[in-house]
Amino acid sequence: MSSIWEYANPKKFIATTDKVLPWITILAVSALVTGLIWGFWFTPEDVRQGATVKIIYLHVPSAMMAINAWVMMLIASLIWIVRRHHVSALAARAAAPVGMAMTLIALITGAIWGQPMWGTWWVWDPRLTSFLILFLFYLGYIALWAAIENDDTAADLTSMLCLVGSVFAVLSRYAVNFWNQGLHQGASLSLDKEENVSNVFYLPLLVCLAGFVMLFLALVLLRTRTEIRARRLRVLLARERMQ
Amino acid sequence: MTPELGKYATEVLSSYGVSVAILLALTGISLWRSRRIKAALDALEERLKNDG
Repeated sequence: MSSIWEYANPKKFIATTDKVLPWITILAVSALVTGLIWGFWFTPEDVRQGATVKIIYLHVPSAMMAINAWVMMLIASLIWIVRRHHVSALAARAAAPVGMAMTLIALITGAIWGQPMWGTWWVWDPRLTSFLILFLFYLGYIALWAAIENDDTAADLTSMLCLVGSVFAVLSRYAVNFWNQGLHQGASLSLDKEENVSNVFYLPLLVCLAGFVMLFLALVLLRTRTEIRARRLRVLLARERMQ
Repeated sequence: MTPELGKYATEVLSSYGVSVAILLALTGISLWRSRRIKAALDALEERLKNDG
């Protein structure tokens, strides 16, 4: 049986993703198109929230992926710190702009949804504030990678930043439970059926969640391949300059 | 074509518009950079091979 560490070999990673990336992309597009069309056109209005409930199909999946992307970056950073596999550090780097985009979507759709429901675009609520800080961590992480010329040093420092930022990724998820204050509601998806959204909204939401997960995966694989090639390009150019 | 969104049409449509625009921009930039870097690497490897 092959080991997962084989994929730490850049050539093996690119060869494998050559085969799986088209399928993941097809799954992502299919799930996203189906989920968003289902949610936008074929679900009713909510009794209290009216048509704004349709924003849930973008807001909840993007917020979930904003946090999950950081968790994925944390795992990849820990692998870099412990095992020094370049592909894992580059995968973390590749995931950051995707996670940042997801966080931005969650913040914007949340503000647009909040205005008619809460009467304000923004409030310094625990969940909203921790999400804003998570967004700033994404910006800082991307800027730190770009600012340091040596790839290994950049991977070391960004891994440390990722560890620190994980506190806010966790806070973003559980802030509502920690502090019983603020406007944001609890989880929309829960194992507790009483807490869950109604089935009529739940099923298309699940399809959208699957679509966002697949899109994240497709983009991270594509971008990791790019980072692997960009690193090789830098190494070859440096070697050429020294000759 | 568009479902009846009532008084919240602006909020719902702008949410979808902004989100789709961000996702398309992210995908477009990722694809563009992927092609650019691959072409640059292929060209450099070819040049190094020819130079021996």
